[in-house]
Amino acid sequence: MAVDTLRTVILDKSGISRALTRISHEILEKNKGLSELVLVGIQSGGAHLALEIANSLEIIEGERVPVGSVDITLYRDDFKSQTPHKSVGKTDISFSLEGKRVVLVDDVLFTGRTIRAAMDALMDHGRPRVIQLAVLIDRGHRELPIRADFVGRNVPTSIKENVEVIFSDKQQPLEVVLEK
Amino acid sequence: MPEFKHKDIIALRDLSKEEIELLISTAENMREVNSRDIKKVPTLRGKTIINLFYEASTRTRTSFEIAGKRLSADTVNITPSSSSATKGETLADTALNLLAMKPDIIVMRHAVSGSHYFLSKKVSCSIINAGDGAHEHPSQGLLDMLTMKDKFGRLDGLKVAIVGDITHSRVARSDIQGLTKMGSSVYLAGPPTMMPPGAERLGNVTVCASMKEAIQDADVVMMLRIQQERQGKTLMPNTREYSRYFGLNPQNIKLAKPGALIMHPGPINRGVEMSSYVVDGDQSHILKQVENGVAVRMAMLYHVCGGEME
Repeated sequence: MAVDTLRTVILDKSGISRALTRISHEILEKNKGLSELVLVGIQSGGAHLALEIANSLEIIEGERVPVGSVDITLYRDDFKSQTPHKSVGKTDISFSLEGKRVVLVDDVLFTGRTIRAAMDALMDHGRPRVIQLAVLIDRGHRELPIRADFVGRNVPTSIKENVEVIFSDKQQPLEVVLEK
Repeated sequence: MPEFKHKDIIALRDLSKEEIELLISTAENMREVNSRDIKKVPTLRGKTIINLFYEASTRTRTSFEIAGKRLSADTVNITPSSSSATKGETLADTALNLLAMKPDIIVMRHAVSGSHYFLSKKVSCSIINAGDGAHEHPSQGLLDMLTMKDKFGRLDGLKVAIVGDITHSRVARSDIQGLTKMGSSVYLAGPPTMMPPGAERLGNVTVCASMKEAIQDADVVMMLRIQQERQGKTLMPNTREYSRYFGLNPQNIKLAKPGALIMHPGPINRGVEMSSYVVDGDQSHILKQVENGVAVRMAMLYHVCGGEME
């Protein structure tokens, strides 16, 4: 007998939009404006959300911040258990990170291992003045001492559940689903 | 999601179209590492790579060594003059002795075609072919395809002319295997003494009677080096005559499509297979090939490390 997976929408499109708008305001408040601020999204979900946050910041402040993306495949800590190796995605940071206030963006914060890898990747691109972390969902179960500065929604989950942000073909966030 | 499940890369003939696409796409994204200040990622930390080169090489050996180092692997180079091969040790014995030092990858160049297949049966680590006799040179085939894809955005439907000593060219064989799988049409030209019998059976390959026929309307013109170290003395009267019939020069280059890519696997015999004017001209992508070589070899090292033991 097949076991049905239970699928619950925990955040819809307008909910995501409101959360990202609030995160944008919090980023501005904490950094006192857009000076020296850059966004770097983690491939692939975080990269899409970074663009959404940049749009939102532009609406509020009337100025575009630089947006980059980082692929963490080459910085993973689980190569031994990853056979065959995953294909390597695109890292595109076309501006200097030296002395910048970097807001790292990811869709779901879980063990923290992705964030560790992303921070190592950023350090190889230069020495930012500060790195902050913005995530749409924090689902707990950290395995490293990492916490987010800006959180869209805290979602208590069991380790067996799966949280996923669904994007449209045009990389716009549609909904957040919890599967168990 | 495409997957790469091989532990060895010996010939492009052994790889599927999807696996070749995966290697090229990984290489495209590896280039970002090579373009920044800190040209290193921790991916292959703790892995040991032995570069075992039984034949002379500057480009390929340096490129594999840099690729390994940029992925944080430890690389060791062994060349014939400094190895026990000069003392009469067999290839199998050398390999087993190296294996006792627990390398993860052996990158080998050897004058005997197929020696890598022999070696891969003897050792448990990954084997990458950096050129075996007149058989294949898969990293060169991949970097050639990456360079073409950069220019045209695709490989499907391209007309690629390969001109020169096809018989002795492992580069030509890897290019033919790779390009025909990816949907390009390959046209070969060279003196009849340097054209292997049955070349047209390799796939979507046309053997042309003259160089003119091969390069007419070509998107890519790949010139091969005259391999005088492999040839006997009787394959051509002299280099001047060769150059007149099979050399690329400012006149016959106009037969190819405007803006056609001019490529050469190096090292170049200036004035023999290509005039200096062409080597240094706008259409020449020879140094771009070398640049792409590092990224392609990073992709190969990365994917064989994730391959399963067969």
